[in-house]
Amino acid sequence: MSFLTKKADELLGWVDARFPLTSNVKAHLTEYYAPKNFNFWYFFGSLALLVLVLQIVTGIFLTMHYKPEALMAFASVEYIMRDVPWGWLIRYMHSTGASLFFVVIYLHMFRGLLYGSYRNPRELIWLFGVGIFLALMGEAFFGYLLPWGQMSYWGAQVITSLFGTVPFIGPDIAEWLRGDYLTSDATLNRFFAFHVIALPLVIIGLVAAHIIALHEVGSNNPDGVEIKAVKNKTTGIPLDGIPFHPYYSVKDLVGVVVFLMVFSAIIFFAPEMGGYFLEANNFVPANPLVTPAHIAPTWYFTPYYSILRAVPPIGISQFPGVAAMGLSVMVFALLPWLDRSPVKSIRYKGNLYKGWLAAFVVSFLVLGYLGTVPANVWGQFGAWMGKADIATVVARIFSAVYFLFFILMPWYSKKDKTKPVPTRVTG
Amino acid sequence: MSVNPNDKNSGNKQSKVEIDQEKRKFLIATSAVGAVGCATVAVPFVLSMTPSERAKAAGAPVEVDVSKIAPGDMMISEYRGQPLWVIHRTDEQIAKLASHDAQLSDPDLEIPQQPDYCKNKDRAINPKYAVMLGTCTHLGCSPAQNFAVTADWDGGFVCACHGSKFDLAGRVFKGSPAPTNLVVPKHQYLTETTLLIGEDKESA
Repeated sequence: MSFLTKKADELLGWVDARFPLTSNVKAHLTEYYAPKNFNFWYFFGSLALLVLVLQIVTGIFLTMHYKPEALMAFASVEYIMRDVPWGWLIRYMHSTGASLFFVVIYLHMFRGLLYGSYRNPRELIWLFGVGIFLALMGEAFFGYLLPWGQMSYWGAQVITSLFGTVPFIGPDIAEWLRGDYLTSDATLNRFFAFHVIALPLVIIGLVAAHIIALHEVGSNNPDGVEIKAVKNKTTGIPLDGIPFHPYYSVKDLVGVVVFLMVFSAIIFFAPEMGGYFLEANNFVPANPLVTPAHIAPTWYFTPYYSILRAVPPIGISQFPGVAAMGLSVMVFALLPWLDRSPVKSIRYKGNLYKGWLAAFVVSFLVLGYLGTVPANVWGQFGAWMGKADIATVVARIFSAVYFLFFILMPWYSKKDKTKPVPTRVTG
Repeated sequence: MSVNPNDKNSGNKQSKVEIDQEKRKFLIATSAVGAVGCATVAVPFVLSMTPSERAKAAGAPVEVDVSKIAPGDMMISEYRGQPLWVIHRTDEQIAKLASHDAQLSDPDLEIPQQPDYCKNKDRAINPKYAVMLGTCTHLGCSPAQNFAVTADWDGGFVCACHGSKFDLAGRVFKGSPAPTNLVVPKHQYLTETTLLIGEDKESA
């Protein structure tokens, strides 16, 4: 042992006597045994963490130049884009990162649906995940007001008005959220506070809980079998487990490289993504007196927005639509208790489950598309259907499928013909 | 995280010790008082998010000069930060108001979205000038002007957000997501062509 390594060991020993460094590195990296059969779908957890870090870092630098004040906000964003050295790059990283965060999270959630990652004993991991998803939606919504463009302004006006539809206390809640009788400087200022400090703290806390819970029970895998069930008798290490570091840290790096290529391509060649990542109307300063001709939320909210539009009011109350939209997001939390299948992974589930999952994915995508366009996009039915908007009727059908996927799950997941599950992972 | 699994059970040793009920009661009472204290401290924080005195003061009445609005046209000004519409209706437009009552959700103005002195067939003090807040009663967008008359449209407003339709008196058409007619704020005529918005003869 050379002099330097001896000194380094001494230093490590000094630290370990005061802080559980080595034991934590072992518990979470070098001796955290993950199933050896992770596939493509297992990239998105680590990518979500990467995007979170990117958003926090770029966000910090943006706050150095941004002004959360109704008269200056729009101009300060343009100032960042034009005058701040490299400001355009940091801002595009942040705006593109927001959209890609949702791409990554949706794929991560879909992985959970494929392999039953929410099932016992991983219910809490899933619930923390749903919490992260909700906080992320709030974070994106609050952040979208900050550029103070027309779309920012009217989006915030519509969403805060949604709270106004809650029976009895709604109007007071909406006013309390906005801090004014309508979306104004007071609203912008508090959304800034939520966006840069309140929700990021919540998200970081939930991510920590998500990972701690994951490392307590161990990762699921594409076969949905518990690797801890078959261990090496002398070492106690799962036979199908490999240390996270170096095996998966290196694998995830490949994912990072590919992700960063896509990320850079978007930033440099299509930062507005044809109006899906940054909407054209948001390049017009907010005007409280004129609503733009077509307003729609950013793409990652459109499935739920479609559901909101599809549900008809009861009497004069808009609350059913708002409640349905809220439910469409929250219902994911119930999955661990709705799925009664004897197997976890789609590999061993039958056609019934596969069919419903496919129907759900199609509904999600169709609703997502319809949320980006006006309700009259496909024209109207004839008088026999009361001249209803075709797109609205289609949105109603797919909203029903969306909810039936969850509501009927206890039934079809039990009735489904499953295949026998192996005791070991199949690679 | 604990390396030694035996550590997990160490807490159980405590349960064998007899519980001092007096101390427990005292602790529960103290915790309850503490919780009340926390809730009390939360009040100022929650209230700090309600509209400030400055925001409330911005709700003062405003004067609007309607003399420059051409017949068949409208003017958008601002009242409490919201779009305030004054529509100069032509005789033809006024006449058409009565023709589509069957298609309206609330043609008789049952829901009090207007002061009593505007609860009439024109929803106005002077039928020539319709005064209303251009804020959709659905989710707060500002409906767009669509005055061109066609076979099945007498002219009015269409909300871009969710397609709510209103006539030239701000009355909502059936089938719109908007539940109620547009709001007619309190107002009065100071002169023939000067309006005061936000204050009427009763409140002044």
